[in-house]
Amino acid sequence: MSGKDEAELSRLMRAAIAGDERAYADFLHRIAALVRGFVRRKIVQGGVDPEDVVQETLLAIHVKRHTWRQDAPVLPWIYAIARFKLIDAFRRRGRRIEIEIDEIAETFAEPEAETVSERDINRALDGLPPAQRSVVSAISVDGRSIGETAAKLGVSETAVRVSLHRGLAAIAKRFGRQ
Amino acid sequence: MRTEDLIKALDADISSKAMPLRSAWWIAAAGAAVIAAVVFFLTIGPRPDIMIAMHTMRFLAKFVFTIVLAITAFGLIRALSTPGASTARAAAWMAAAPLLVAVAVALELFMVPEPMWSTRMVGSNMMICMGFIPLIGIGPLAVFLWMLRYGAPTRPVLAGAVAGLLAGGLAATFYAAHCFDDSPLFVATWYTLAIAVLAGLGALGGRFFVRW
Repeated sequence: MSGKDEAELSRLMRAAIAGDERAYADFLHRIAALVRGFVRRKIVQGGVDPEDVVQETLLAIHVKRHTWRQDAPVLPWIYAIARFKLIDAFRRRGRRIEIEIDEIAETFAEPEAETVSERDINRALDGLPPAQRSVVSAISVDGRSIGETAAKLGVSETAVRVSLHRGLAAIAKRFGRQ
Repeated sequence: MRTEDLIKALDADISSKAMPLRSAWWIAAAGAAVIAAVVFFLTIGPRPDIMIAMHTMRFLAKFVFTIVLAITAFGLIRALSTPGASTARAAAWMAAAPLLVAVAVALELFMVPEPMWSTRMVGSNMMICMGFIPLIGIGPLAVFLWMLRYGAPTRPVLAGAVAGLLAGGLAATFYAAHCFDDSPLFVATWYTLAIAVLAGLGALGGRFFVRW
C-alpha cells in the first residue's frame, strides 16, 4: 500500500460518487482485493470464512459511502469498516479478537478463491421479498444490466433500481444477523 | 453469490444518492434544537425574571458550561460516526466543559462562606432539574441515535454515550433558562447527574439500536 494507491482510490471513489460506474467497478475490485488480504491475514483459525467478511465489508462500504468525506483519505475509512466487520464476525461466533490498526500497512491484495461453501450473503438474499430477490440475483448472479432486468421482469427501469437499492440495503442490514 | 457478482450489483446501484453525513449532522442538530425548544416552552419555559438574571455572572456561566458541552460533544460525535476519522483532538476538547465547571466551583467555594455551601448545592430545584433535563433531552437523543444509525460508528456504545452528552448539553442549555439555582455547586452536582442519565441511555441505545 502506498500514497499512490491512496490517491488513485480516492480519485476513483470521487468519480464513482459523481456517477461513474466504470470507476466504481474498478474501485470495488481493488478494495475487495485489499480487504481480502487484510482479512485473511487476521483470520488464522477456522470458524469465520474470510470471503464472508469481504462481502459484508463491500456492502457496508457501499451503503455507508455517504460517510466518507471527499477531502479525507479513503484507505483509513475502508480499513476502519473492514476492521469493524471482522470484529463483528468474530463476535457473532463468540470470539474476541484485538486487531492492531497499524498492521494494515502490511496488507497485500489477494484474488478471490473459488469456493463451494454456502455464503452468508445467500441466506440474506433468500430472506428478501421475491421482487427484490429476483432483481438482485438477475443483476449479480446472472450479470444482467438494469435495462435487461427490467425487460425480463416486465417492470420499469426505475422499479428495478428501487428494488435493487432496497434489496442491497436489506441484505446489508441482515448480513450475519441470523 | 461470488464477490464478483456482488460487485456487479453494487456497481449498478451507484446512482442512488444519500445526503453526505456531514450535512445531515447539521440538519439533525437544528431539528434536535427545535424539538428541545418546543418541549421546553410547552412545559416549564424560562424563569419570569430572566431579564434581570441575565445581568448576573452565575446565571450566564450556566450557559457557558452547557453550550461548551454541546459544541464539543457535537464535534466528537461527528468524528465518531465516521469510520477512520481521527477522534483524539475532538475527545480532548470534551475536557473543556468539566474544566470550566471545576474552575467555577473553585471560585464559588472561595467566595461563598462554608456554612452556605450545602444550601447552594442542594438548591431548591433539584428534582425539577433531574426530571426536566432528561425530558427535554430525550427527543434530541432519539434524533442523534438515529443519526448514528445513518452514519457508521465503529464504537457504537461510546458514540451513543456521546449522543447522550450532546442531548444533555442541549437540554441543559434550555433548562438553565428556567432554573433559579445559579450556583456552580448546584450545576456541578445536579446538571451532571441529569446529563449522566442521558449519557447512560445513549450508551444503551448505541449498544442495542445502532447497528450497521
